[in-house]
Amino acid sequence: MADPMKIRAAVRGDVVDVRVLMAHEMETGQRKDAGGKLVPAWFISDVVASLNGKPVVRAAWGPAISKNPYLQFKVRGGKAGDRISVSWVDNKGEKRTDEVTVG
Amino acid sequence: MSITRRKAVQGTAGAGLYAALVAIGMIRPGTAQAQAAAQIVTRAAFEAKGIADTLKALGAAGATEAADIVIVSPDIAENGAVVPVGVNSKIANSDMVALLVDKNPTALAGAYQFTDGGVAEVNMRVKMGQSSDVVAVVRADGKYYMAKKEIKVTLGGCGG
Repeated sequence: MADPMKIRAAVRGDVVDVRVLMAHEMETGQRKDAGGKLVPAWFISDVVASLNGKPVVRAAWGPAISKNPYLQFKVRGGKAGDRISVSWVDNKGEKRTDEVTVG
Repeated sequence: MSITRRKAVQGTAGAGLYAALVAIGMIRPGTAQAQAAAQIVTRAAFEAKGIADTLKALGAAGATEAADIVIVSPDIAENGAVVPVGVNSKIANSDMVALLVDKNPTALAGAYQFTDGGVAEVNMRVKMGQSSDVVAVVRADGKYYMAKKEIKVTLGGCGG
């Protein structure tokens, strides 16, 4: 099981500002190990962020996203007490979902 | 069996081949469902090299340059493994944003889709192998727009 995400969601004016830090290796598939063998690609390929269960931002990623990915986005129509959930799936089929309350 | 094998051979890249691989059980269906759920861009778009080919793979060839797209990033990034890049589209009804790095092994870094209140303004961190142009592609009302910015990298983020 992957490590939990760190998610911060706060009301800023008329939008909810969400910052997410995920724990993932994000291996490119270009790098060689000490033995000279290619390390296979391993990266988060899909992310879905929802406000009260309704998807607001989806992301499709390639291996060029940095290790331990950071994502920041904004959502209109949210208020304090709403739920923001973020899910990801990597190219090996591993997944993780975390949820926070907007503060 | 020879029929599915034929399909696998014929399927060019991406979606066709992907479906064929699912059909013959080489890729687990669970992954396939996740892919289908967030079909923002085809997986094949992530294989394209250079800006021109990637734009084509995104269906965004001939995107017009727009001053309303702002790429927020340092002009010089010290560490290519972690380059903070933000894309902010002020074009009305922007519903898709993609970020391309010209000189990376494959140009497309990530693509984002916005629905039900999601604002077309995202910040992320990407890897850059060397100094390169980065291109933001935005879709609004079915039309494609783009903006370009050069980021200099003093220490590459690939290999090493």
